[in-house]
Amino acid sequence: MKTVPLSELAVVIRSKNAGPYELTLDVLFKSEEVYRFLKSIGFFTRELMAELYGLPIERIFHIIYFDPAAAVKCTLQRPVVSGSPGDTDIYGAQQHAPLLDLKVPAREA
Amino acid sequence: MNEDEFRVLSPTAILGYGFPEESFRKGMARKPHLVAVDAGSTDPGPYYLGAGKSFTSRKAVRRDLEIIVEAAVDASIPVIIGSAGGSGALPHVEWTRSILEEIAAKKRLRFTSAVLHADISSHDVLAAFESKRLRSLSHSAAITREDIRSSTRIVAQMGAEPVWKALDTGSQVILCGRCYDPVPFAAPAIREGFDPGLAYHMGKILECAAIAATPGSGRDCVMGTLRRDGFELESLNEQRRFTRVSTAAHTLYEKSDPYRLPGPGGTLDLTDTKFEELDGGRVRVSGSRYVPDLPYTIKLEGVRLSGYRTICVAGVRDPAFICRIDAILESVERQVIEDLGIAGRILFHVYGVNGVMGAMEPEKDSIPHEMAVIIEAIAADEEDADALCAHARSTLLHCGYPGRISTAGNLALLYSPSDIPCGAVYEFSIYHLMEVEDPVQYFPLELCEVGR
Repeated sequence: MKTVPLSELAVVIRSKNAGPYELTLDVLFKSEEVYRFLKSIGFFTRELMAELYGLPIERIFHIIYFDPAAAVKCTLQRPVVSGSPGDTDIYGAQQHAPLLDLKVPAREA
Repeated sequence: MNEDEFRVLSPTAILGYGFPEESFRKGMARKPHLVAVDAGSTDPGPYYLGAGKSFTSRKAVRRDLEIIVEAAVDASIPVIIGSAGGSGALPHVEWTRSILEEIAAKKRLRFTSAVLHADISSHDVLAAFESKRLRSLSHSAAITREDIRSSTRIVAQMGAEPVWKALDTGSQVILCGRCYDPVPFAAPAIREGFDPGLAYHMGKILECAAIAATPGSGRDCVMGTLRRDGFELESLNEQRRFTRVSTAAHTLYEKSDPYRLPGPGGTLDLTDTKFEELDGGRVRVSGSRYVPDLPYTIKLEGVRLSGYRTICVAGVRDPAFICRIDAILESVERQVIEDLGIAGRILFHVYGVNGVMGAMEPEKDSIPHEMAVIIEAIAADEEDADALCAHARSTLLHCGYPGRISTAGNLALLYSPSDIPCGAVYEFSIYHLMEVEDPVQYFPLELCEVGR
């Protein structure tokens, strides 16, 4: 199957704290068509995100599709609570990079 | 109020982040009913609540507040400041109040300020714990008595009800301790009979000001116009506009779930929300609903001291050292702990490898040509933290390793002094919901005359 890196399809790929205990990842798609296609095949799953971030699946809380913004959101448990000893990203703003090169199935023409 | 709209001017995303004066003047010319500004966040981490300090500078907050307060006094409209001083505990509220005093003295203003405190005693939280009125929030761990007793400072996020009480006093400035971010923007309109779902959703966007516009900015002004059946958002700077996507995208920002946004006493439900683009870079939002929760809950935020920190910043450029970094650091850590017998932690942050993502870093095998090593020591007091850091630094600087040919020293130390004491380290101890019978009970109101 032909694939493309997610960064080519998205207008926004970002991470941020959702409170000090959670990290939330947002992908906003350039095209509503691509968004609907990926939503229809259920491409984003907790399993996929667990693998991408090397986390046990119970730490991936949910995947939510948000039609008004053609966006998908994944919220996960921070490995270290924000600002506790050992935390490396207080705002959680630089945890999105593994998504950039994620290979996404290209829609059949 | 007879009017069918309620206009709220939001000058900036965080009080002290700044805004162009021209945007603000343009907003004031539209005769808003209210200027509201959020000053708080837990994003900067637990330190600021623990230490009683603001994450914004005094000068920047004074600059923003001076423009806001002078214009609002002139126009006879209230100013509401949410989560004063960043964390909204007593020292943060007092800090902001002293800035208001400075402004009043400089500008020869006199006004009444209603101050709402949000500190909550560990005694009250323990009582709630014993009567099973505390609940874990999403995925924070279950709370223990020890978490409560060890907390240095605890605040609760207030809802709209305490602000209504403050509005009843007719005060010029309402200075809130920690509060739910949308409350300063939404509470007055809800009191006037506007729909709470629309008012809170508008507040949710206005509290970040122009961050929800495009191009986004944390330091520019936005006007929100609330009507009976929806609200409109408008940038007050010609260089920005709201679009359907920028507004909808903001609804996702920093939220665990974009459809359900829980707050004090209720949940904002955005399942049926509609975003429509209007002319002139405006967006209309409708369909957002507020669903009251029973019993009423408020969110608690508490921190405790976890020790004192000292760090050292160093670079490494030697390939033989870089190849063996993991084994070298492990052996240094062991030696330092053995030598000194100090109870504490040594952490190495290796930039160039996994300094940003730690254990979540997927690229585990890449070998950089240079790296930064931040040595971090945390111990019970400053002296022990300094000792651990110094010993780790000198051990790492001169340790031998297989294949070493650079025998003069392993580190490019960035500074003299090489070690930097960072002071107290705090960690979140409480992030839980507390059931309350009365939404106003824990948020006492104090009236003060400013400038006389």
